Amino acid sequence: MASMPERQVSTQAVYRPESKLGQLWKRIKQNKVSYFFVAPYGILFFMFTVLPVAVAIYLSFTHYNMLQPPRWVGWENYLRLLLADDVFLIAVKNTFVFAVVTGPLSYLASFVFAWLINELKPRIRAFLTLLLYAPSISGSLYLIWTIMFSGDSYGFINSRLLYLGIVKEPIQFLTDPKWMMSVVIIVVLWMSLGTSFLAFIAGLQGIDSSLYEAAAVDGIRNRWQELFFITLPQMRGYLMFGAIMAITSSFAAAEQIIPLVGFPSTDYAGHTIVAHLIDYGNVRFEMGMASAIAVILFFTMVISQRLVQRLLDKIGT
Amino acid sequence: MIRRLRQKFWTTKPTRSFGGDLAVLLFIAAAAAFSALPLVYAISNAFKPLNELFLWPPQFFVRNPTMANFYDLLVLMSSSWVPFSRYLVNTLVITLGGTVGHVVLASLAAYALAKHDFPGSKWMFSVVVLSLMFAKQVTAIPNYLITSVLGLVDTHWAIILPAWAMSLGLFLMKQFIEAMIPDALLESARIEGASEWTIFWKIVMPNVRPGWLTLIILSFQALWGETGGQFIYSEQLKTLPYALSQIVSGGIARAGVAAAVGVIMMILPITVFVINQSKVIETMGASGIK
Repeated sequence: MASMPERQVSTQAVYRPESKLGQLWKRIKQNKVSYFFVAPYGILFFMFTVLPVAVAIYLSFTHYNMLQPPRWVGWENYLRLLLADDVFLIAVKNTFVFAVVTGPLSYLASFVFAWLINELKPRIRAFLTLLLYAPSISGSLYLIWTIMFSGDSYGFINSRLLYLGIVKEPIQFLTDPKWMMSVVIIVVLWMSLGTSFLAFIAGLQGIDSSLYEAAAVDGIRNRWQELFFITLPQMRGYLMFGAIMAITSSFAAAEQIIPLVGFPSTDYAGHTIVAHLIDYGNVRFEMGMASAIAVILFFTMVISQRLVQRLLDKIGT
Repeated sequence: MIRRLRQKFWTTKPTRSFGGDLAVLLFIAAAAAFSALPLVYAISNAFKPLNELFLWPPQFFVRNPTMANFYDLLVLMSSSWVPFSRYLVNTLVITLGGTVGHVVLASLAAYALAKHDFPGSKWMFSVVVLSLMFAKQVTAIPNYLITSVLGLVDTHWAIILPAWAMSLGLFLMKQFIEAMIPDALLESARIEGASEWTIFWKIVMPNVRPGWLTLIILSFQALWGETGGQFIYSEQLKTLPYALSQIVSGGIARAGVAAAVGVIMMILPITVFVINQSKVIETMGASGIK
């Protein structure tokens, strides 16, 4: 009788490679090829993105002025931001106003225009795509808006308003807090047909046209039914892509805003979270604080992405 | 008449009303005008002589177009102590090298993530997507440290290598491969004994052409504007946007030159866009996999 348990132990030992870890290792070996495929990208991605992000997260818990080695301070940076930094709260408010307007609008515009254009004949479609996409490819040319909205009488819009006698003195579009956010939103929306717009166009091109033919036979009557029953469900992956691009670009906006309204802007009316981050990082050399802002912004984006994801999951169900 | 007009503009489908079609065209035309007019103004500024640039009230279109701004730019360029063509070559090296590498590496990884189910694949994809949400301004310093540890500071590799592993391409290509490559197609190729490598180059890549043509546009554009600021110190390694920004920083007196610079920098990205975009549209008509 005494030998029985011993044998059980020994059989378990023999089968141990089939434990969870062993199975995992087996699956890894079976999928060797897949790892070769992801390795070159993965290694570079780890070095140039994952590592720096990890370092930045660490720095957010330190005091680091880029001259002396970082000093661990725990949650101090976060507490300072949330409790003792009035400007940060202004930046948060501005960013939310900006993101709530430009995020959904640019997302919607990217899809709607890609969808509408998709039905036109190739030549006119290519031409309209170029016109609609041109602002995002224009590089520094978008700074033409600073001339358009310039606050002196030589600004294009002000000169017209003065010439026509609508206003007596030029409106300070770019420095008056009343106007600043609206102007910034107009300019950013002007540039909003970018990455997702192109992805949507290519994605729509890839939808099997026989689906539409079959649907027409099955009694789809107009473009709206076709959109909801065929196009949107087929586009789900791209829609997720577009949503994430819209969230990241609208929450992290600063680089297009700063040249327009200046840095810092009057009464911080055009100050966004990333502008505040740049203020800490590049002006005051407080990298710990800058990193803490990046971490807070990151979680804000993740939460909004989860919410949008829930909405998208409802499509076509 | 109306019918011929429709046939001229639309790929007519039975489920469309003419009123709807017309409303759509007018709507797109209005949006296209809003998007193009500021650029027309900017381009027209580049051809204005100085007195027209500072005319009041400013005119939308140029009256006496002149190449003077471009000529001034040429003079300024030829007075730089590194031959100007050098900057152009540097930018081309970075842009082309970065774009080609990014498209290939990101597509390889995207194919494995989209079509192979291996331990860690879901995890890796979410890390890539999440990384898009981390402000890149704070990763600049760690990035610099890593680049310097690798000994890449003051070489073009400091910009090219990170460009190969941008998050955008993997994310985009994965969506395209998932949507455009049916699993059955891969299965039948495997049954016929094709290796994964062959499948990738002979089946996946040709069929997701609209995807990587789009990625080329986006990647080209991103790298074309690269100033290389924090990584490149040697004058003879610096990029075109950097050199041109030095010229433009001359202030209001260089307003005309600045407008010319903007126009010149736009030429190549627009060309790449037009060529690729027309191919995106033309491939789809021909593809027969679905």
